[in-house]
Amino acid sequence: MTEQVPRWASETFWKKTAIWVTGGSFVLLVILTFDSLKQISAGGPRVPAYSVINQDVSYRFDKTKQRYQPTIGDEAPLFGKLLTEEEAEKLVDHGKKTVQAKNCMNCHTLLGNGAYYAPDLTKAWLDQGWGAKESREQLMVDFLLDPEKNARTYGSNRKMPNLDITQQEAEAIVAFLKWMSSIDTNGFPHNFKAIGEEE
Amino acid sequence: MTLQAYQEKATVCWADCKQRYGVLMANPHLSGGQKLAVHYFTVAMVLFMAQLLFGLLAGLQFIFPSFLYEILDFNVNRMVHINAMVVWMLYGFLGSVYWFLEEESGVPIVGLKWGQLAFWVLTGAVTVVVLVYLLIQIGSGTDTSLWLINEGREYIEAPRWADIGIVVVVLTFFYNVAATFTAGKWSGIAGVLTLDLVALAGLYLAGMFYVTNISVDQYWWWWVIHLWVEATWEVLVGCIMAWSLMKLLGVRRKVVQTWLYIEVALMFGSGILGLGHHYFWIGTPEYWFTIGGFFSALEPIPLVAMVVHSIYDAGAHRFKNSNHPALAWIIAHAFGNFLGAGVWGFMHTLPQINLYTHGTQWSASHGHLAFFGAYATINIAFFYLAAQQARGNVWMGGELANGWRWKTAAVLLNLGVMGMTVALLIAGYEQSFIERAVEGSTWAGYFAAQNHPWFMQAMIWRMVFGLMTAVGGGLLFWDLLEIGKGEQRPAAVISNEAG
Repeated sequence: MTEQVPRWASETFWKKTAIWVTGGSFVLLVILTFDSLKQISAGGPRVPAYSVINQDVSYRFDKTKQRYQPTIGDEAPLFGKLLTEEEAEKLVDHGKKTVQAKNCMNCHTLLGNGAYYAPDLTKAWLDQGWGAKESREQLMVDFLLDPEKNARTYGSNRKMPNLDITQQEAEAIVAFLKWMSSIDTNGFPHNFKAIGEEE
Repeated sequence: MTLQAYQEKATVCWADCKQRYGVLMANPHLSGGQKLAVHYFTVAMVLFMAQLLFGLLAGLQFIFPSFLYEILDFNVNRMVHINAMVVWMLYGFLGSVYWFLEEESGVPIVGLKWGQLAFWVLTGAVTVVVLVYLLIQIGSGTDTSLWLINEGREYIEAPRWADIGIVVVVLTFFYNVAATFTAGKWSGIAGVLTLDLVALAGLYLAGMFYVTNISVDQYWWWWVIHLWVEATWEVLVGCIMAWSLMKLLGVRRKVVQTWLYIEVALMFGSGILGLGHHYFWIGTPEYWFTIGGFFSALEPIPLVAMVVHSIYDAGAHRFKNSNHPALAWIIAHAFGNFLGAGVWGFMHTLPQINLYTHGTQWSASHGHLAFFGAYATINIAFFYLAAQQARGNVWMGGELANGWRWKTAAVLLNLGVMGMTVALLIAGYEQSFIERAVEGSTWAGYFAAQNHPWFMQAMIWRMVFGLMTAVGGGLLFWDLLEIGKGEQRPAAVISNEAG
C-alpha cells in the first residue's frame, strides 16, 4: 500500500484540493457579501429606510411570490410625531442599543435568532395580541415600563422581569420594533396574520 | 468565628494552594507547554461545571417560571450557560494545542512566558466578565453598556473591552504556535493548524462592531458564529483528532494527514457557503435559499468521513491503544459530531423545513448534541491524555483501579446529552406544529405551544436528563483529579508500523 499510492489518494493531491476549495469558496462568499450588503442596507430594496416608522406597516400574503411580504401603507406617525430621516435613525438606533444593553436576545428571538423562552420579536409590532392599532403604541410602552404589572403571560406564568427601562428607551424600542417589522424576511414567520387583518 | 480566625484560615488555604501549584509546576513528567495546557484544562473543567449549573437553572425556569425571578432571570442564566460553553471549549482547544505543540514541532515552545501571561490575563478577564454578568446584568441603552457590561448579542455577549482582550490573547497563542513550528519542524498538521488559527482570530473581528441595521448586524454575527463553529472549530478539532490518533493508536502520519486534507477540503468546501442557511430569514436576498440549502446539505459529508476515519483507525489496530478513556471519548466524538452536527443539523437546514423550525426548540436540540458531540468530547479525551502524562505516563488500559468511574461518567454524560437532545427535539416538533403550522406564528400561538402538555412533558424529560448530565460531569471532574494516582504500571506501548 505504501509504494503504489494512486494520485487521487495521495497527500499532495488532497493538500492542493483543500487549498483551492477553501480559497474558491471564500472568494465566492466575499463576492456574495458585497451584493448582499448592498441589498440589505437601510433604504435599500429589502430593508426600508428608518423613516418607515412614519408610515403604516403590515404583512400580507403575496400571490405572485407565494409568501408573506411586508407592505408599507399611508402615513401613520409613531407617537403622533413625523420624524425626519435623521431623527428616525437616531430613535431606532437608541432602540436597538437598548435591546442589546437589556440582553433581550437571551429570552426572545429577533429575526428568529436568540433564545426561546419568550416570543419572537421579528413582527412584534404587528402582533394581534395588541388588540387594536390605535392603542398598541401606548400598550407597548406601558408594558416595557412595568412588565410585571402589565404582564401578558397567556397563561404560561412566564413574566418579563422589570429591566429599568426609561420612557425614552421604551419609545425607542417601539420604534426599533416597528422598523424591524418592515424588513423583507422572505416570508418568515410563515402564515402570520398581522393586526387589523381580517381572517 | 472572628475575623482573625478567618484570616488565619485564608492564609492556610492560600499556602496550601501555593504548595499544590508548586507541585504541579515541578512535575517532571510534563514539558513547559504541557504545564500550561494543564492550566487551560483546569479552568475548562471549572467552566464546564458552571455551564452545567446554569443550564440546570435555565432549564428549571421553563418548568417553574417564577424560580429566581428578578434575581437570576432566564436571560442571565442562559447567557452564562452558553458563554461558559464557548469559553471552556476555547480553553480546551488552546490547551490541547499547547499540549502537543512541543512534541509535534520537536522544540520547546517559543515565547512560553507570553503564553503563560496570556493565560492569566484571559482567566482574570473571564472572571470579571462573569461577575459583571451575574451582579450587574444589564445597563442603559448606551455605548457604555456595550463596552463595559454586555453586548447583548447571543454567544458573543462579552463586553467590547473583553473582545479586544480575547483577540490579544489569541494573537499571543498564534505567535506561540507559529514561532514554535518555525523554530522546529513544520508538518501537515502544523500547516493546517496555523492557517486555521489565522481564520479563527480574523473572523472574531467580524463580531466586534455595532450597527443600527439588524440585518447587517446579523449578517456579520453569523460570520463569527457559523464560520467559527462550522468551519474553523471543526478544522481545529480535525487537527487535534489527527494528532491524538497518532498518539493513541499509532496511526501512520501519512494516513492521518491525507485524511486531514480531505476533511479540510470537505469542511471548508461545504461550510463556507453553507453559511447561507443562516441567511434565509434575516432580510438577505433570496439566492441564499439555493446556495445555503445546497451547501448545507453537503455539510454532513465531512462528518461521515470523520466517523469512518476514527472507527477505521481504531479497528485497524484492533482497538489496541494506550489510553482507554481517551479512546472512548474519541469514539464518542466521532459519533457525536456526525449525529449532532451532521444529522441533527441537516434535519432542519433546508429552507423548506426551516421556515417552520427556525427559532424553535429544534435549534436547542441540535445545539446541545452538536456542541457536546463535536467539541466537548474531544476536549475530554485530551483531559485524559493530560491526566495520564501528568501521573508519569502510567497505565490507562483494562483493570485500571476505579475504572468504573470514567466509564460511569462517560455513560451518564453521553446518555444525558442524548436524552436532552431527544426531549428538546420533541419539544421542537410540537412547537413547529402548534405555534407555526396551526396558529401562524403569533404570540398567542407561541404560548399555545409553550403551554401544551406535550411541550411541558418534553421539558420535564429534558430536566431529568440534564440532571443525569450534571451528575456525569461531577463524576468526570472527580475522576480526572484521581485517575492514575498510585498506578505503577507504565502505559501500553503502541507500535507505529501496523497498517
